Amino acid sequence: MIDRRSFLDWLLGGTVFAGLAAILYPAARYLEPQEIPEAAISSLKVGTIEDFPLDSGTIFKFGRKPGLLIHDADGKFRAFHATCTHLSCVVQYRKDMGAIYCACHNGRFDINGKNISGPPPRPLEEFDVHLKGNEVYVSLRG
Amino acid sequence: MTRTDSKLYDQLNVRFKLDALVAFLSSKKVPRHSHSIFYYTGGVAMFLFVVQVCSGILLLMYYKGSADSAFESVRYIMSEVPFGWLIRDIHSWSANLMILFVFIHMFAVFFTKAYRFPRELTWFSGILLLFLSLGFGFSGYLLPWNELAFFATKVGTDIVGAVPLIGEPLLEFLRGSEDVTATTLSRFFGIHVAILPGLFVLILSMHLLFVQRQGMSEPPRWKDLPESEKSYTPFFPDFLLRDFALWSAVLAVVAVLAVLSPWELGLKADPFTSAPAGIKPEWYFMFMFQTLKYIPAHVMSIEGEILGILMFGLGGLLWALVPVFDRDGSRKRWSRFVRLVGLIVVLYIIALTILGYTST
Repeated sequence: MIDRRSFLDWLLGGTVFAGLAAILYPAARYLEPQEIPEAAISSLKVGTIEDFPLDSGTIFKFGRKPGLLIHDADGKFRAFHATCTHLSCVVQYRKDMGAIYCACHNGRFDINGKNISGPPPRPLEEFDVHLKGNEVYVSLRG
Repeated sequence: MTRTDSKLYDQLNVRFKLDALVAFLSSKKVPRHSHSIFYYTGGVAMFLFVVQVCSGILLLMYYKGSADSAFESVRYIMSEVPFGWLIRDIHSWSANLMILFVFIHMFAVFFTKAYRFPRELTWFSGILLLFLSLGFGFSGYLLPWNELAFFATKVGTDIVGAVPLIGEPLLEFLRGSEDVTATTLSRFFGIHVAILPGLFVLILSMHLLFVQRQGMSEPPRWKDLPESEKSYTPFFPDFLLRDFALWSAVLAVVAVLAVLSPWELGLKADPFTSAPAGIKPEWYFMFMFQTLKYIPAHVMSIEGEILGILMFGLGGLLWALVPVFDRDGSRKRWSRFVRLVGLIVVLYIIALTILGYTST
């Protein structure tokens, strides 16, 4: 049988615990990031062929994420998610290297988005690129 | 109760028993030996924290912590507000010097083995203060909302996110969203001006209380000397006056640096531009940043980034726990080995930091 003192100790401890929980739970929920509603996009017009000189790369917005459109020296378009697979810096196309480069930790990807040197562990995710007349569209792959 | 010539003192003494405090200060003494200079490093770090608080409060009068206006408000402080440039530069320079002195203080404590019994808790609280100082530096770096700060924060928070188990929730807590956005800036602002100062003052008070209760540590070899061969400096007023003199000199150095080497503001952050070439974190994170560059994408089956984080995490934990495995009664060879490891750590940090600034 539990004695009076132990019962009061438990009661007091429980009250303190419940009080702390009542303070901490709303605080933790308050700090939890909120989902920001966003219109899902799967395809986007990024410009016209004339907007992208040969052998150049351009950053575009795809929803809330940056993308990289490359118009290579042979006239072919390629597009990738521009977020480096190492530590999320925004990559760039480097004409002098003929490669995609991340300035944060010297990561390199070839023109097909494959990680070729430095710390990036995975290739860049690729978009599909379509031309309609002289308009350039990128869309999510798959 | 003693009566003095000062009526004010007597009046206060009657009410607050100042005699006891004076007696405590008069009996406090600081050992005098070849490493005595390091006793000043903690005081300098604390003084620089006070400079941080004062200059930070002044900056708060004009700074706006939102992505739309943070960059513009810092530019306004630097270009329009009278002496705004000076306040901002003093804040930035004293922040860097504070972290430098916290590091020097920690290494001095490490190499003089002042973390041993009975000062383990002083060491642990000091380690917490070091982490909080780094947190101040990291959160404050983003506040001007410029390009360099934006990418440094992206990389820094991504590193946090890679920590096994707790990384993901911690990343979301810090960023307040999936990416570094305006929400991240608001959070960092709150963390920088409210949460960290509150915690810092609390732990600093404990740290100082421990130091006051236990007195200054004595290096092992000096402690074993006969009492007749030991000499001391009275804390009050001798040591305290030297402290003040040194703090004045440090303040002068901060002012000179602020005038001669102002901090650039750079370009406003834009999440849709590529990371600029030559992106670098603050100097105190440089050795980790540079190490991450050298670790290959995969080491066996582990991603290089995760390996690096685990390595630094484990290293930091062992460093923090040094009082647990290098105790007073530890064997001399073990004690020397711990010191050698410390020396290697210092050399590694210095070498990688230099490499970070010199390698292309």
